[in-house]
Amino acid sequence: MNNLGLIIKREYIQRVSKKSFILLTFLTPFLLAALVFVPLWLASIKSDTAKTVAVFDSTGKYASLFKDTEEYRYIVPDKDIEEYRESPDKEVFAFLHITGDLLSNPAAATLYSEKQIPMGLKKEVDNVLSDYLKEEKLQSFNIPNLQEIINESNINFDIKTVKWGEDGSEQKSLVEVAPLVGLVMTLIIYMFIIMYGGMVMQSVMEEKTNRIVEVMISSVKPFDLMMGKIIAIGFVGLTQMFLWGILSTVLISGSLYLFGGGVSSEELMAAQMAVQSGGELATGQTSEMALQIQEVLNSINLKAILSCFIVYFVGGYLLYASLYSAIGGSLDQQEDAQQFMTPMIILMVFALYAGMYSMDNPDGPLAFWCSLIPFTSPIVMMVRLPYDVPIWELVLSVVILYVTAIAITWVSARIYRVGILMYGKKPSLKEMLKWLRYK
Amino acid sequence: MYFLETEDVVKQYSGHLALNKVSIHVPEGKIFGLLGPNGAGKTTLIRIINRITAPDSGKVFFDGRESLPADIYQIGYLPEERGLYKKMKVGEQAVYLAQLKGLSYHEANTRLKHWFEKFGIMPWWNKKLEELSKGMQQKVQFVTTVIHEPKLLIFDEPFSGFDPVNAELLKKEILELKQAGHTVIFSTHNMASVEEICDNIALINHSQVVLSGEVNEIKQRYKTNLYTIKVTVESGSAYHEQENKYYSVINMKEFPDGFVIQLKKEPELSNSELLRLLSSQFEIIRFEEELPSMNEIFINTVSQSK
Repeated sequence: MNNLGLIIKREYIQRVSKKSFILLTFLTPFLLAALVFVPLWLASIKSDTAKTVAVFDSTGKYASLFKDTEEYRYIVPDKDIEEYRESPDKEVFAFLHITGDLLSNPAAATLYSEKQIPMGLKKEVDNVLSDYLKEEKLQSFNIPNLQEIINESNINFDIKTVKWGEDGSEQKSLVEVAPLVGLVMTLIIYMFIIMYGGMVMQSVMEEKTNRIVEVMISSVKPFDLMMGKIIAIGFVGLTQMFLWGILSTVLISGSLYLFGGGVSSEELMAAQMAVQSGGELATGQTSEMALQIQEVLNSINLKAILSCFIVYFVGGYLLYASLYSAIGGSLDQQEDAQQFMTPMIILMVFALYAGMYSMDNPDGPLAFWCSLIPFTSPIVMMVRLPYDVPIWELVLSVVILYVTAIAITWVSARIYRVGILMYGKKPSLKEMLKWLRYK
Repeated sequence: MYFLETEDVVKQYSGHLALNKVSIHVPEGKIFGLLGPNGAGKTTLIRIINRITAPDSGKVFFDGRESLPADIYQIGYLPEERGLYKKMKVGEQAVYLAQLKGLSYHEANTRLKHWFEKFGIMPWWNKKLEELSKGMQQKVQFVTTVIHEPKLLIFDEPFSGFDPVNAELLKKEILELKQAGHTVIFSTHNMASVEEICDNIALINHSQVVLSGEVNEIKQRYKTNLYTIKVTVESGSAYHEQENKYYSVINMKEFPDGFVIQLKKEPELSNSELLRLLSSQFEIIRFEEELPSMNEIFINTVSQSK
């Protein structure tokens, strides 16, 4: 076995057999499952006692509008409101006092309570009254079929976008969904780099803290050492991600099966969707959206995008990992490491923003240049990919990315080797250059 | 035949000259002592030989030709600053390091088992390194240095951290390695060990070689023409001091079993001539030339070259 292989093997086995790795790998899916189920579970708990709201309606028009909900029970008491005020009744949570016609005098209704009135109650009362008053107002115009006219005029325009293929054939264009695909992939790359880049840095510093660096340097090429570490940790990351994926799926579907006795899994999924989108999407819309996504996914060249994703994923990881290794190579102390993380994060945040702006104009100059610059290209190019990037741009950007990644790894290997000889001395620039040339 | 040579090696660190035209000649199959006070430049020279750092000027010759990057695989290097992976199991990491030096997994295992048995550290094979005592870790480190049987072995302060028993064991191993034909460079402050095991030395002080050559030859060069003889009581008490141009008596002490006399001879007189002169006067029990110890030579040379 050659040295690179040996280094990868050792690094991988050491990392994967660490207790912390095993613990995190198996605990995270539980956390993830909890993230899905706890909100659902909490939402499904009904507060056992509905609070009582007493409605005093001197007009008699409004009291019947209020229907009991899960949280509030509306009653029309026989006592006067002043009596309640003097001798508070613990049973009644709030008092709605309506003294006159609300259409002519909106200030005629007041909500009293001995406690702070919750947002939910105020909103509910507001909604009920607004809806009723709106209708009453419309009625007062005395125009026949007004309600129907309004319903009809409620137009929601959604233009169809079509892209012409080379041969003039029509393809459904993907204004909304296409960037989504890119963005999801971008986020995967981004997450991966953040999670495992730091690990590369730690690992490069490991030899220094263990003082084994001189032995290693007299046995292996520093470049092999760096590359080995970067590759091994890449595999560690993939292993962890893979296990997380499997475990989360098993856990979530398992618990769905277990808890799902009363509720069908679709309902749960719909509820989950609703939670995520803030309740904006109704169940019907969800499935329609899913259908749309399906359609668009079919229309874009999924195979090409996936293979590009892999190329950029690997390239992006290599590049950033090599930067991290350069930092690790030039540092002596673990404590300094934290400081150097900041510029890395800034660089990546910039890439993410560039990616988002590129979404608005995927062929603009920002998108073009940022998909050539290696530090931003993995992210920006992923966003642009669904929009048919010219082949030469793609090839150029991939080549630049990989060449830069390898060059940085090479430089960081040099830095690493010089680092052990410094003993607190600052290397001069001339010395650094000389070092870069020495084999 | 020299196995390793350096020729006018110069190394400048910012504002400080670490090595100034250093030339050393290490004969094949011998033990070469690289001596010098702290900060003289020994470790820098070793790193240049190991190709960890490059000389600013000058050349390094390995096995008769200029040294190449691949030569490091024929060097076993025990750095002064020891270290191994703390969290890794001892056996596992010894095998890993041996494999990095080009041994097959199987070969590495066999040889390591042999060495571990020899050093009595076999029971620690499956322990993590951090569970071992420092001396034990040093043994492991020594084994990983020699395991690939390199032609050239470089030990930087090999005895530091060893108790006398283990230092003796190590010394024996180093001598055995020499017997097996390895060339050894070894840097130390421990002059007693130099006298015991080194064939040749180079003494570096203030970035320069101030003394080099075979240990015996150097001792001859620094000899003081002082002798100690022991003679019987009868011949000693019969002795009357008289001037002569060959030697002078410096000191004479009486002991129950005889006299111990310290004398200085003239440089041109050979030992056997001196002995002949003395034997005509005394009944000699013991005759010994007082050669300076390496320790004295070291201290003298270093303080002179200041």
